[in-house]
Amino acid sequence: MPLLQIDHVTHYFGGLCAVSDFNLALESGELVGIIGPNGAGKTTIFNLITGVYRASKGSINLSGTELVGKSPSHITTLGIARTFQNIRLFKDLTVLDNVRIAHYSQASYTPWESLLHVGRYQAEEKRIIEHSMELLSVFKLDHLSDELAKNLPYGSQRRLEIARALATHPQLLLLDEPAAGMNPNEIMQLMEFIRWIREDFNLTILLIEHQMRLVMGICERLKVLDFGKTIAEGLPWEIQNNPLVLEAYLGEEGGEL
Amino acid sequence: MKQPSSAFTVWRARWETIANNRKALPILLVLGLLLSFAIPQFNLVNPYIQLIIMYVGINIILTTSLNLINGYMGEFSVGHAGFMAVGAYASAVLTTQVLPSELNPWLFPLVVLAGGIAAGLVGLVVAIPSFRTRGDYLAIVTLAFNMIVKSIIENIEAIGGPRGIPGVEKLTTLPWTFFWTVLAVWVIRNFIYSNHGRGVISIREDEIASDLMSVNTRQAKLLAFTISSFFAGIAGALFAHLLQFISPRVFDIIKSTDILIMVYLGGIGSITGSVLGATIYTVLLEVLRPLGMWRMVLMPLVLVLLMLFRPRGIMGLREFRWLIPLQDLLGSKRWRQKKEASDATPAN
Repeated sequence: MPLLQIDHVTHYFGGLCAVSDFNLALESGELVGIIGPNGAGKTTIFNLITGVYRASKGSINLSGTELVGKSPSHITTLGIARTFQNIRLFKDLTVLDNVRIAHYSQASYTPWESLLHVGRYQAEEKRIIEHSMELLSVFKLDHLSDELAKNLPYGSQRRLEIARALATHPQLLLLDEPAAGMNPNEIMQLMEFIRWIREDFNLTILLIEHQMRLVMGICERLKVLDFGKTIAEGLPWEIQNNPLVLEAYLGEEGGEL
Repeated sequence: MKQPSSAFTVWRARWETIANNRKALPILLVLGLLLSFAIPQFNLVNPYIQLIIMYVGINIILTTSLNLINGYMGEFSVGHAGFMAVGAYASAVLTTQVLPSELNPWLFPLVVLAGGIAAGLVGLVVAIPSFRTRGDYLAIVTLAFNMIVKSIIENIEAIGGPRGIPGVEKLTTLPWTFFWTVLAVWVIRNFIYSNHGRGVISIREDEIASDLMSVNTRQAKLLAFTISSFFAGIAGALFAHLLQFISPRVFDIIKSTDILIMVYLGGIGSITGSVLGATIYTVLLEVLRPLGMWRMVLMPLVLVLLMLFRPRGIMGLREFRWLIPLQDLLGSKRWRQKKEASDATPAN
């Protein structure tokens, strides 16, 4: 059974059809990319999966659990985490707090224990700090733990966003344009990095990207969207040579390949 | 540049030693408690000043609890006096109409607690529909709530209607004010430095990101709102039994504005700031009393200047070290030390 099964998902914004009849089956451990020109509906699909929007039609299924209609926090708890196209860290909080907040649903103490600092409070807080710091050290951010997130350089902010997402213990990680604003050299590093977290954290990864270099380099399968419709899918080399894709997306920018 | 004088350096060093020595805190609390018994017993200061000290305590409770919503959660609630009214009326009805008056002094802590619970429940009921709205809209909902509470009370004859409840027994004493103030500050501080409190703060930073990082934002908001209104109710109960007379007019929007001023004066997102803001505002208003009408010109002017030159208030988003739990203060440092130690061992 696939880890994530999306069937006939359609979404309207008012009269505008942002995503139409989208289907996707993600096997556990896969690394799949969604590409398409601006406004093709890629981020909308992420927002539908994570519950930010509720799909107008269709079903989204995570290992047997229907996600449509569930709240974003509940969906995250079920094992889907994501990053954002334009970084959305908690800017005025410390690096450590950013990661600690992502432990919200895992902390097993009640509001009463919060109010009085009794019971499991001490032990749980200690565990959360340790787990957060370990995660940060994996991402080489532990020495910055007391720094405010907004003071980090751009690249570190991107890494922190992924670290924060991983703190929720996801099975499926959604990366929204992870290479935005990076130069070719940084993209090479990012590719290594994505391969490595996938191995290390046993992740299934779905990513949205503009940078063809990254997509062609690491994705095992691709889906191409245009105006909310799936116009092609398959292996990277197939997509590269698909005339429909070239016309819709790569046509004017073919040189970038 | 001029070197700071040696006396200044000495005092600074001394201050830092004190500020870092957390053992002083329990000693200060015990001293405060003893003092709160001693002051009225031996009339150490005149009754007028005792009264002001009690108002300071009540205002600290109000300010800290409102700061939870306006400062930590980043919403804008402007109807705090409404919750205060619920606590005041619930407790005053208990002491004047329900309980036998000879038992009142003994049951007073429970009466105050009942005022808090009543306000907390009302807060919960208000919170559920209001959190569908955000920002300016929530401000309007809370404003409307404040007005509704006032009109409801005005129209219930059994609790005095617009005339209010006169002859409430004076049960609020200095020790009780001290106890409830410390309790309120301690509990709200605990909440902020907990998993649920971090959830509340993350809502202020970015609600969508917070939701997607598994924070149950609905739960966090309900908790914050209920706790905040609970303590507003506690303050209301203390207030009623200090003033000895309550009427709907006391809890109008002006009262809510006063609390807002104290929050923004002291600084949003800071407990130290709430304590300072409430103390400075209450004391200043009394000190400036001889100025009469001019007082109401001077105070807003102070506020305007503060907002111009220090928009985050006196302590905005900063905290006195004593108030931060050790684990939050040193957690990352401890982890690093432990890691260095374990990294060093295999090398030996």
